[in-house]
Amino acid sequence: MKLKYLLQKSSAGKAAVNRYTRSKFGNFMLFFILTVAGLFSTLPLVYCICTSFKPLDELLIFPPRFFVQRPTIGNYMVLPDLMASLKVPFSRYLLNSLFTSIVTTLFYIIIASMAAYVLSKGRFRGRNTIFWAVQFALMFNATTLAVPQYVIFSKLRMIDTYWIYILPQFASTLGVFLAKQYIEGYIPDALLEAAKIDGANQFKVFWSVVMPIIKPAWLTLMLFSFRDLWSQAPTGMIFTEQLKALPQVISQITTGGTARAGSAMAVTVIMMIPPILVFLISQSNVVEAMSSAGIKE
Amino acid sequence: MFKLGSKKTDGTVLKQKTLGSRKTAARDNGDLAPMLVMLSPFLLFFFLFTVLPILSSIVLSFTSYDMLSAPKFVGLDNYHRMLVNDSVFSITVKNTLVFAIIAGPLGFLISFLLAWLVNEFSPKIRTVLSFLFYAPSLVGNAYFIWKVAFSGDSYGYINSLLLSIGAITEPIIWLKNPTYIMPIIIIVQLWQSMGVSFLANISGLQNVSRDMYEAGAIDGIRNRWQELRYITLPSMSHMLLFSAVMQIQSSFSVSAITTELAGYPSASNSADTIVSLMSDMATVRFELGYASAMSVVLFIMMVATRLVVGKILSAVQK
Repeated sequence: MKLKYLLQKSSAGKAAVNRYTRSKFGNFMLFFILTVAGLFSTLPLVYCICTSFKPLDELLIFPPRFFVQRPTIGNYMVLPDLMASLKVPFSRYLLNSLFTSIVTTLFYIIIASMAAYVLSKGRFRGRNTIFWAVQFALMFNATTLAVPQYVIFSKLRMIDTYWIYILPQFASTLGVFLAKQYIEGYIPDALLEAAKIDGANQFKVFWSVVMPIIKPAWLTLMLFSFRDLWSQAPTGMIFTEQLKALPQVISQITTGGTARAGSAMAVTVIMMIPPILVFLISQSNVVEAMSSAGIKE
Repeated sequence: MFKLGSKKTDGTVLKQKTLGSRKTAARDNGDLAPMLVMLSPFLLFFFLFTVLPILSSIVLSFTSYDMLSAPKFVGLDNYHRMLVNDSVFSITVKNTLVFAIIAGPLGFLISFLLAWLVNEFSPKIRTVLSFLFYAPSLVGNAYFIWKVAFSGDSYGYINSLLLSIGAITEPIIWLKNPTYIMPIIIIVQLWQSMGVSFLANISGLQNVSRDMYEAGAIDGIRNRWQELRYITLPSMSHMLLFSAVMQIQSSFSVSAITTELAGYPSASNSADTIVSLMSDMATVRFELGYASAMSVVLFIMMVATRLVVGKILSAVQK
């Protein structure tokens, strides 16, 4: 009973309530300024979409124009032909990408959240050391790590297998750091104690108390993780055609000079759809419903 | 002035009084085994794919290694060469610091401010606005639009705009001019790196308890600024630290943007950063030992900054 009460308390505040009324005009101005700033930040996205609808002569026009004058879907229509020339059916690449991105993201969320939970609420020696290592590892530039990593991958026989897409992501420190900060900020120890008094074991506490509360954190994590995995193309790691993912194939489709610039942009636009979908899912009520069901349990 | 149950929800304060300090409550548990089980998957991969490579990179920094023959131990030679003999390196350090000092704090403030403002709206509008600010990180490496915008001839968007309103009489070669190049790259970097901190802040704001605001109203908070100062910021302290670390990480590691916009090496090295020099050493000149030494120096700079920022943040919150 107590647990439920506390849960409701600490997961309150989904939407900001209007606590202090600002004038309607003030609200409108704020919205206006944010929209202008937001539109400015979406310019490249708009540019990509515009360019993907440009006919060839408009692509070559000088000076280049931002907006499309006579839109055509030609750039999209030639894609099936371009794909037909691939060695392996296009669906295979798509499947590889979807499979590795989705599965890895789901597992990573759980692995990172578990580690974050232990690092923030566990009481054992060395916990702080590990956390500092996580934080500092974030700051070591990846440029010089590529060679040692490659050696480790090949020692573990991960080269040219699916594992190369999946396992390295599990070592990512960003998610652990994000979730750990979130747990420390928003999950009071008393809540966990109450859950234990109610008879829940650690796994249960993690799954049905911690995970629902830190939902905003792992939804954010889902965005980043999926976005990165979806666009990853590990160079020199995959040689079997059947195992390649979309980004690697796309570079094959789009290396065709200016004549294919339009199609290249069309592919770029199509490639942005899944991350956008993930964004919409993360903001929608679907997940909202799922996780509040977890609380009621 | 306001004592609002310190950083935790009021539920906590209440419970803590009855349960005693959290240390006594936590010490008597036999939870070590499940805790370690939950930590181990991450720890295993973290050690294999992050810690080990970092350690090998540090070891390599004391060697001369061209990736063809075996590394040869050279002691502190790389460091000596970098700090004493390499004039380009000192320029890149200066550029990196200027960059980090301006873009880091700015990015931190803007991403919080935007998140705070956006969070005030209803969920639907919030989703739309969040998407607009998240979009740049979706497009990935879309710096090319900035290249078109700042193109040095009269057809670049900025030049043609300025020409048409008569602000300038001849096109400015933006990306080759040391005066303009730094500000331009700072703007592009801010625009590009907003996504992570912004969304982290949004997610943090969503869990600031509504009770706190209500309690605050009773305790005499009168306007949004006081609310920000006495409730929102203290409740957000952990997320703010996260976003500060992300800003340190991204502002010290800028390289793709400068290489793309200004080229490498840029005009009189005015936009070269430590990481762009390091990438050149590692991937073009195959001097991996030397590149690793730079990596270590950059790492030390970032860690030092992180410690200072941590101190500042905790001082501000008192």
